[in-house]
Amino acid sequence: MNQEKDKNKGISRRDMLAGLAAIPVLGAIGYGLWSHQDEKASKKVNGLPEMDFSAVAAVPALVDGPEIRVGVVGVGGRGGYLMKALGFVHPDRIDDWKLKGEKDVFWQHYLNDFLHQENLNVKITAVCDVFEKNANRAIMMGANVHRNGKDGPQGDAPVRFNTYQELVSSDLVDAVIIATPDHLHVPVALAAAKNGKHVYCEKPLSWTVEETFEVRNVVKESNIVFQLGHQGRQTESYQVARSMIAKNLIGKISLIEVCTNRNDPNGAWVYDIDPEANEQTIDWKQFIGPAPWHPFSLERFFRWRCWWDYSTGLSGDLFTHEFDAMNQILGLGIPQSAMASGGIYFYKDGRTVPDVLNMAFEYPDKDLTLLYSATLSSEKNRGKAIMGHDAWMELDENLTIFLDPRSTQYKQQIEKGLLEPNKPIYSYVPGQGKVDAITTPTEKYFAGRGLLYTYRDGKAVDTTHLHLREWLNCIRLNNGTQPSCNIDQAFEEAISAHMGTISYHEGRRTYWDKEKEIII
Amino acid sequence: MLKKDNFEAEIQNDVMQHRKQTEITLAILRIAVGWHFLFEGLVKVFNPAWTSRAYLLDSGGWFRNFFYWIAGNQAVLNASDFLNAWGLTFIGLAMVLGFLSRYAAAAGIFLLSLYYLSHPPFPGITYLFPSDGSYFVVNKTLIEGLLLLLIYQYPAEEVIGIKRIMFKK
Repeated sequence: MNQEKDKNKGISRRDMLAGLAAIPVLGAIGYGLWSHQDEKASKKVNGLPEMDFSAVAAVPALVDGPEIRVGVVGVGGRGGYLMKALGFVHPDRIDDWKLKGEKDVFWQHYLNDFLHQENLNVKITAVCDVFEKNANRAIMMGANVHRNGKDGPQGDAPVRFNTYQELVSSDLVDAVIIATPDHLHVPVALAAAKNGKHVYCEKPLSWTVEETFEVRNVVKESNIVFQLGHQGRQTESYQVARSMIAKNLIGKISLIEVCTNRNDPNGAWVYDIDPEANEQTIDWKQFIGPAPWHPFSLERFFRWRCWWDYSTGLSGDLFTHEFDAMNQILGLGIPQSAMASGGIYFYKDGRTVPDVLNMAFEYPDKDLTLLYSATLSSEKNRGKAIMGHDAWMELDENLTIFLDPRSTQYKQQIEKGLLEPNKPIYSYVPGQGKVDAITTPTEKYFAGRGLLYTYRDGKAVDTTHLHLREWLNCIRLNNGTQPSCNIDQAFEEAISAHMGTISYHEGRRTYWDKEKEIII
Repeated sequence: MLKKDNFEAEIQNDVMQHRKQTEITLAILRIAVGWHFLFEGLVKVFNPAWTSRAYLLDSGGWFRNFFYWIAGNQAVLNASDFLNAWGLTFIGLAMVLGFLSRYAAAAGIFLLSLYYLSHPPFPGITYLFPSDGSYFVVNKTLIEGLLLLLIYQYPAEEVIGIKRIMFKK
């Protein structure tokens, strides 16, 4: 005991002071940290409200339930993509990705992402395509239940039906995916609904105005779950945009500008013609369906989007994506009027649909105009812009809100120098799961250049997968829940697009009579 | 004789005095660098949204692919963000308190080397982040790293620091 006491005596008061001299330093740092946080917080309080959208980022859990047996009508490009989003690809593609993955890490990730895509507990039991080659490939895809290459074990092959009528009435099928050309969407959907099969229908909903009403009625009278294939419904930034606008962050909106800018033959619907295609391998009569008769034409078969006979043109094919995004964000509904103009200015290849189209939709009850402008021969990037009095929102996978110099809402903050006009004040990058007021130069810099868009963390989920998943979840819930792009949303999409198309054809403004539900 | 003794004592005294001043300077240097590390660390620890992703994506020079790889891989990025924030904090804490400073300095040199290698200030390499000064080969990161090398050799924990109390036991 005594010895220990002696030892302690060795530490003098001086030693103690010098030894613990650093403690006040910690206090100073603590103060610095506190004031740093406080400054950050006060900036938000003075400048902008803080947004928290952590809930948006979560992938909804899969609802428990039995395996759903899916039939796919139309298994070309889009049909194949939808099957991939469900977890089914041709074994050749797996082998191909593996091979490419040996040299290129991108394909390694691509394959890996696909292999890890959650199993949705569905089985492809039936396929239907008027082109033999597509149908045969789809059989192989549907059988590839283990996501294997050619050498791996395969599962049961789906049955090929020669007509959609046979497929939708088959007992093998609980739900139908429709990925046919536009002119066949409604006929297949009607047949499916009448047979009590759930429907996932590619956009646009319809090819003619009349059938739009019919399909709405039939779907509503049935007990089926209906989802229109606007996978943009799953885009995080749109969901975030919706809540930001609901919080009045950008002020009163007067103008929305949406665009299509493509500049390659594929984007202009000049797709490749398969050398194996001919009158023997294509059921031409079935392809024509409700369309006016035309002698067999490979060009018309593969590039059907270029003819009104099977297509809905820019309005149905591409404007609908933009419309549905805005309808989702702002709840626009059907416009009061539409005015369209355009022409076939670049692709003089015999097509009947225009390759340049401009449409103005008026919403006097909402005090705003929705403007659509499209060309298939320039890739000048024009994003979606929602223009409010206080700020404007630019939207793609990312979302950025820029401050308007003449804003009323933010006038004080601008005067005090808390906010800089014309600069981004909010930015949202998918995957980050949160929105933050932009306070540091770094954030401003990256947001301003859209550089944060490089976000590809290997965890990014395919929106089409999510969209199908939502549909399947509703089917399994079996309590009347309809997915986000239900038949009412689909109806609004189709009518709006038709109003533009009719205006283009007739060279006049078209109107929507809300009471009578007619286009005049 | 007496005179010579006095002279030697005086010199010795001078040397001691000088040594003491040097040691105090070194201790202040250690605390200052520690302060910088600790504050940088805590700011990151207390900001859950903080990530080095943007900084890493802006990497240049010979090792940039390594830093891109970190940024592009969520799990690796999370781990590196965590280690960086807490690493800075503990390195700073140790150096401020004067306890295990040598280990802290070594770890600090490692971290700073990574920063330096991700953004080497060499001609012909451009960065999106605006720099706070003009540099050619030598930048503040390199200098702070060299200071840590000095601290590693002379931690001066016995002068100001917890070690002083422990030392006396």
